[in-house]
Amino acid sequence: MDAGTPMITLRSVGLMLGARPILKDVSLDVRPGETKVILGGSGSGKTTILRLILGLYRPDQGSIFVGGQEITHLGERDLSEIRQRMAMVFQNAALFDSLTVRENVGYRLWERDLLSDEQIDLAVIESLRFVGLEDTVDKMPAELSGGMRKRVGIARALASGATALLYDEPTAGLDPINTCMVGRLIQRLKTKGVTQIVVTHDLDTAYRVADRIVMIASGRILFDGTPDELRRSAVPAIREFLDPGSMPPDWRLLPKPDIVDEPAG
Amino acid sequence: MTAATFDLRAKVLGYVFVVQEFTVLCAQTLAGLARPPWYLRDIVFQLDRIGVGSLFIVILTGLFTGMVLALQGAVQLEPYGATIYVSRLIGTSVVRELGPVLAALMIAGRVGTGIASEIASMTVTEQIDALRAEGTDPIQKLATTRLIACLIMIPLLTIIADGVAILGGWLVAKLYLSIDSYFYWTWAFEAIHRRDIVLGLVKPVVFGFIIAMVGCYAGFQTKGGTVGVGLSTTQSMVSSSILILASDFLLTKLFMAFP
Repeated sequence: MDAGTPMITLRSVGLMLGARPILKDVSLDVRPGETKVILGGSGSGKTTILRLILGLYRPDQGSIFVGGQEITHLGERDLSEIRQRMAMVFQNAALFDSLTVRENVGYRLWERDLLSDEQIDLAVIESLRFVGLEDTVDKMPAELSGGMRKRVGIARALASGATALLYDEPTAGLDPINTCMVGRLIQRLKTKGVTQIVVTHDLDTAYRVADRIVMIASGRILFDGTPDELRRSAVPAIREFLDPGSMPPDWRLLPKPDIVDEPAG
Repeated sequence: MTAATFDLRAKVLGYVFVVQEFTVLCAQTLAGLARPPWYLRDIVFQLDRIGVGSLFIVILTGLFTGMVLALQGAVQLEPYGATIYVSRLIGTSVVRELGPVLAALMIAGRVGTGIASEIASMTVTEQIDALRAEGTDPIQKLATTRLIACLIMIPLLTIIADGVAILGGWLVAKLYLSIDSYFYWTWAFEAIHRRDIVLGLVKPVVFGFIIAMVGCYAGFQTKGGTVGVGLSTTQSMVSSSILILASDFLLTKLFMAFP
């Protein structure tokens, strides 16, 4: 795939959960090696976009392409193949409770059974070293702090050999030191040319890691541009989000009653 | 259409939807038996957890069931001077009915709720989504492996429960009823026919299917955080118990229809 061709594309995607509209006419492109941040308030539909890209949800309208291949109507088995190209860091890490850190990080490699145990072990240790947690390899997830779990989640995504990493609120609930650490990890991966989509409402992290930022409110895209363009934006709804309290509240940024029950993000 | 009719219609449609979803899950789980990956490590782990882990409660259930049957049976047979035949009563009732049903109910309480709560916790903590994101079919990895383990271990546990129940009956017969051991065991085995053994082994296979699938269904359908986990666990126990008792009646009736 050449650098100009989007690795992930959403075209006019709409989604209802029950009678509630979650996303409306969402279009975006993510190019190979690009780090795109999806910014927005709670319940705005950010996490839903990641779930659509992974095929965990199916859109009611529009199309989704991964690596040029349309995945909108693929069956679960074909989607499994597509999902192997991506890895997601879940909001609460979603580490498998019954497995050790080693087994969690090497999960996909063991499942695919393409490498020897020694090679998998090396990949696991290397990924854990990247996030600074190589000494936790034999611990259970319950023995880790929230920040460590997030970093193990990143290590799992890294070890999988995926070409695109999706992060759901990677810094939510973390102290400033861990927030900074996770931000640095994303930056380091960016320099390695990994394609990344980061869903967050943390402006500092967004500015630090983003090549481009998409801002979403009430399931609609309000803005798609560079961090500098976002900073300069005069759109009242965006100004209110960037500098809350500086303007009268703009209710467009708050989740409407019909979408407040959206699962996350 | 009145509000009451509308409410009734919505409820009926809700039940139809549950049956449809449950049937789809059963079909997908069975389909997992026929295609790789086989998850042998997970199957062995589940065999141990379901089988060895339930051994103690199944032995206790069988022991006390047999002992109580001997005491109650003797009271009923004594007026006819037939106390010596108490082992016939114990043998047939344990192998045909009480062994499979009581063992299944105990296992549903221990294993079925365990399956439901484990999968429910995985659902609410996004671990099921994480499995799918890793390219793993959660139904094949979680439901098919547990189904295989239940289908293998629950009949074996039932055989153990049956044996221990007859042994418990013998203890009471020997210690309290002064029945000769030779007569006890001779009448016990004479009363059990091949047909009883077949029925006594078909039932735990069906009960194993119910326990595994109801537990998995309750787990996968969980919504609403930790409250949802609790509800799924309760739902699994209640639904499994009712289905076990109902299917026990149907299987017994079916066997009686073909003498």
